[in-house]
Amino acid sequence: MTHLRRDDGFDGRGDAFYEQLVAAHRGLTDAASGALNARLVLLLANHVGDAAVVAETIAAARRGLDSGGTGNEQEL
Amino acid sequence: MATYQYRHYPYRTPPELAGTTPARPPVIIVGAGPVGLAAAIDLAKQGIGSVILDDNDVVSVGSRAICWAKRTLEIFDRLGVGERMVAKGVTWQVGRVYHRDRELYRFDLLPGGGHHRPAFINLQQYYVEEYLVDRVEDFPQLIDLRWKHKLAGVEQSATGVVATVETPDGEYRLDADWLIAADGAKSSVRSLLGLAFEGRTFEEKFLIVDVRIAADYPRDRRFWFQPSFDPGQSVLIHRQPDDVFRIDFQLGWDADAEAERQPESAMARVRQVVGAGVNCEYEWCSVYTFRCARLERFVHGRVLFAGDSAHVVSPFGARGGNGGIQDVDNLCWKLAQVVRGEATAGFLASYDRERIHGADENILNSSRTTTFMTPKTVVERQLRDGVLALAPDFAFARGLVNSGRLSKPCDLLGFPGFVADDAAGAGALRPGMPCEDAPVAGADGRAGWLLDHLGTDPVALVFVANRREAAEIADSVAACGIARLTVLAVTERFQGDLPLPELVDADGLVRARYGGAPGVTYLIRPDQHVLGRWRAWNPSALGVAWRVCLGSAKA
Repeated sequence: MTHLRRDDGFDGRGDAFYEQLVAAHRGLTDAASGALNARLVLLLANHVGDAAVVAETIAAARRGLDSGGTGNEQEL
Repeated sequence: MATYQYRHYPYRTPPELAGTTPARPPVIIVGAGPVGLAAAIDLAKQGIGSVILDDNDVVSVGSRAICWAKRTLEIFDRLGVGERMVAKGVTWQVGRVYHRDRELYRFDLLPGGGHHRPAFINLQQYYVEEYLVDRVEDFPQLIDLRWKHKLAGVEQSATGVVATVETPDGEYRLDADWLIAADGAKSSVRSLLGLAFEGRTFEEKFLIVDVRIAADYPRDRRFWFQPSFDPGQSVLIHRQPDDVFRIDFQLGWDADAEAERQPESAMARVRQVVGAGVNCEYEWCSVYTFRCARLERFVHGRVLFAGDSAHVVSPFGARGGNGGIQDVDNLCWKLAQVVRGEATAGFLASYDRERIHGADENILNSSRTTTFMTPKTVVERQLRDGVLALAPDFAFARGLVNSGRLSKPCDLLGFPGFVADDAAGAGALRPGMPCEDAPVAGADGRAGWLLDHLGTDPVALVFVANRREAAEIADSVAACGIARLTVLAVTERFQGDLPLPELVDADGLVRARYGGAPGVTYLIRPDQHVLGRWRAWNPSALGVAWRVCLGSAKA
């Protein structure tokens, strides 16, 4: 079974990817940025396709958010 | 400052105003900072004289540039000041990055051995400048360092430059063939020529504080995102010599710079970091904002820009001071070729091309770091915080955490002036890349380093198996037709009595790093970059490569 990838999938070009992602949001309102992110998620999830990997991704992304915070609060 | 005593260097009436006969220097250098001083020394090593003008009479006020990268230390070695810098500096190579109180990851910048110089040292800019000034004094016939000489005007013609200089004794005019503008981010040469300095200003304020802490704090670079002990967005701590620590606080754009730069308020923040019980003394502080900008071109006729006058970057990444020293390394041997008439002025276009590339790489990296550190919108903040949240569990996210991509030597792969690789696959070092260091022993058996034998003049490095091969090469060196060429023979075991200077590669690291097999030849530029390489000794090919480099032959 394939698992969610944890290592660097950008082949050392992660900084360029991050810059591209931030640039994609430039000039958008917060609501439009939310819409952009939603479309990105749908497109990339479809590209991945594998239901098990998508499920694992959702679980990993959701971790720490159930308390209603952002997951970046001070750890207790 | 408690730990450093500033010396006022003496003003002297220049010969132009003293009534003695002034000599026309080949080069005027404006600015006695690290870049200007290093340029004067590098030119002097080429036998070229210069006059340095500085409007002040002390070295850097405040520690300013403190992180000096391996490549810079190698250039300092070539200039004869590396040992002193490293002896005084704090050597470090491990960085730790924290989110709140949790260590996300650590990086080790130089895991491989067999290099003379460490990945980084920290050394206050005032020491760097002091040591360079001392080195300048080793060249009394070639370098005339003039304190309290302020540039007031620049005019240039097809044949030279005239500077108007203000001194305590009045104004005078100084003629030269070339002028190097090493006068920093607020360059007066740049203003006098009316050149645009365009780029991007980042809306963020940082407080930088130097404190002396008696306790034994770690020497690693430590960076916190959203530290629990400070209300700001990030904190960086770095150790310098004399038990002085540099602490950077990211204040936010709305911070009151005037209030924050008061020593009492700065020290209140420092005490939150180090803990109330730790004894620490205030040294220096400053509040800064920054921008990334560069001149469109660095060569303007006979005026050549180097260092912060040509390009500025944000400080995270140690790319300001290091970038400036690499400018010097690239420029001075080229200018020497032109001054000696061995290349035309057009050769300096390669300085423009190569160092604009270096500056753009530095600006790109430091802009990316700043984007990560200072999210400007809700979604940028969400993306940044998402990376930090995933970082403990996902290696890819740790790779995206960006607290500074630290200065690395930039390579010039595929640039004009480098010849095609004739030894592809022989090793990782290709034409356009800076040479890698390795341990070698000289013919006297003394242990040393490869880079100490390269540079200032062109060098051919040839791997030889025995005395006969070395003799054949020695007989045909003149056929290269390269002025001041040094040919060095690399051997596996000491041969002795070779007709060429011998470097013994007892550890095999030169062979490993340069793909050395008998006959393999590297031609190395005076700035220690690989110009070309061949599978066999070929003097006519070396000669062509050198002339292609100088622009007097086609590739």
